Amino acid sequence: PRSPSLGDTSVLAGLYGPAEVKGSKELPDRAALEVLLRPKVGLPGVVERSREQLLRQTCEAVVLGVLHPRTAITLVLQVLSDAGSLLSCCLNAACMGLLDAGLPLSSLFCGVTCALDPNGAIILDPTTRQEQEARAVLTFAIDSTERKVLTATTKGSCSVEEMQQCLAAAQRAADTIFQFYRDSVRRRYSKS
Amino acid sequence: MKATPLSNCERRFLLRAIEERKRLDGRQCYDYRNVRISFGADYGCCIVELGKTRVLAQVSCELVPPKPNRPTEGILFFNLELSPMAAPGFEPGRQSELLVKLNRLIERCLRNSKCIDTESLCVVAGEKVWQIRLDLHLLNHDGNIIDAASIAGIVALCHFRRPDVSVQGEEVTVYTPEERDPVPLSIHHMPICVSFAFFQQGTYLLVDPSEREECVMDGVLVIAMNKHREICTIQSSGGIMLVTDQVLRCSKITAVKVAEITELIQKALENDQKVRKEGGKFGFAESIPNQKITAFKMESAAVDTNNVEEQAEEIITKADPPSEVFAKPILHTPGTAQIGEGIENSWGDLEESEREEAAEEEGESEATAFECQKMETEDTSTMRETKTDEPIVLSDSEEEEVVILEPQELPKKTRTQTNSKQENTSKKAFNKRRKKKRAAH
Repeated sequence: PRSPSLGDTSVLAGLYGPAEVKGSKELPDRAALEVLLRPKVGLPGVVERSREQLLRQTCEAVVLGVLHPRTAITLVLQVLSDAGSLLSCCLNAACMGLLDAGLPLSSLFCGVTCALDPNGAIILDPTTRQEQEARAVLTFAIDSTERKVLTATTKGSCSVEEMQQCLAAAQRAADTIFQFYRDSVRRRYSKS
Repeated sequence: MKATPLSNCERRFLLRAIEERKRLDGRQCYDYRNVRISFGADYGCCIVELGKTRVLAQVSCELVPPKPNRPTEGILFFNLELSPMAAPGFEPGRQSELLVKLNRLIERCLRNSKCIDTESLCVVAGEKVWQIRLDLHLLNHDGNIIDAASIAGIVALCHFRRPDVSVQGEEVTVYTPEERDPVPLSIHHMPICVSFAFFQQGTYLLVDPSEREECVMDGVLVIAMNKHREICTIQSSGGIMLVTDQVLRCSKITAVKVAEITELIQKALENDQKVRKEGGKFGFAESIPNQKITAFKMESAAVDTNNVEEQAEEIITKADPPSEVFAKPILHTPGTAQIGEGIENSWGDLEESEREEAAEEEGESEATAFECQKMETEDTSTMRETKTDEPIVLSDSEEEEVVILEPQELPKKTRTQTNSKQENTSKKAFNKRRKKKRAAH
């Protein structure tokens, strides 16, 4: 399992698959991907369900499911600590989990969160306090091949121009994150 | 996902090895695996690793009204979850026997032993008490979940700090962590579970079984004890029959193990306390990378966002303008609103054919009724013209006898469908029918 931490936000990802799947969930032409997000306190609720669907759709866009038909891939994310930018941390954890498990992927992706404070300044990777005081919080999943947007979700209101600016900033940040992926994978496989 | 079952030759191998006093990982019969405790950034959060078995514990608190039969005691709530990432056989949402057994053990160990002083959790007797909630998540299953979980639970409870509260007469003030330092829970003693696995009808005994050993064991004996050598809970499951001196021997071993583990816990808590006081960095982000060779840390990096605005401008000018937005809703009567004006329906042909059929079957009145409808659908802002003297027949069915005697002005429609008016009237008719039924009852 992989465990990326953004400052104090920590998410642990564990992946099983491609493995046998129960009859009803079986898809005849591709792998059935399931994402489970477990919060630290309490039982999973509606927020977790909606985030699971978001992560699932992002992962399905990159995983080459057609290579493993009639199988199931289960990705479990456990929140270890939450200090802001949780969704993008989950996205990063999911991607590293997929990468470490050796699943065939068409590209990698990374998650970046931007917050727009009341003055209009863009804050990348906001903390919980910055998120609460912000006018809008936007999270993007950016793919690695052409820096295109796989997923975008926003909370709050912002103008179209501001959203485009945040997106451009997120694409810049994605470069740093992908470099980090590359370095950590290189380090992992050079020592073993 | 299905768990892979244990093969017969593996089973035989394990049993033969145990008969020769050998274990797969080279431990002795009474040896524990390495226990490692690490703390998170929040108070009350810790991860305990017993060999490869990992449990995450988090304590949280909330002010709630107390239970009616215990007005001066706080409430404790324990929840152990077997995360699907722990083993391929664990599935979400299924209450397996193992889960129930583990939950009950944790409850008995921590609640019935009265290790936490619940009277001190009372704020206003009969009205507000603290509810302490302990969530345990199993992250990896390599045997002996109960020991790891009990250690994680008690460490998290010792580590937790609840907000400070002051009561002055009728007023209760809850201070935030910034105003006043949070207060630890009052814990009398630390009960810790130790498991013993029995093989070959109680002949061979192993402490801290690993996952493979658990698969082939006959039964397990769990003893929860604190460092004062008081047994808090004892449970034997699996149907093994034990002799008294075996049980006594196990309890002696437990006393030794518990003393060691309690010392370890104290040391870990002190370390964490020291680091926090000195202002050093703490939390999982710090503890996990230092221990694992596969982890990599990157300091926060600045991102160059100088040309962001220009890039964004370009994109916007190239993009299509958004379609027209209807911003203001139109209010007709209280309770109804319409956003935008409906477009002309494109089902005109269908209505024509309906009209023809209706005219053939029912006769003139029907046709006029439909005509009225057609006019209504095309024209959203003018009033409807009805023949108020004629009764309007709603449906073709001969069984229904509902007729609207006084067609009133209906609220303007909010949809662009052809039979919306019919639906409106049928809704009214339905209400009439319902009223009739109610009158009958």
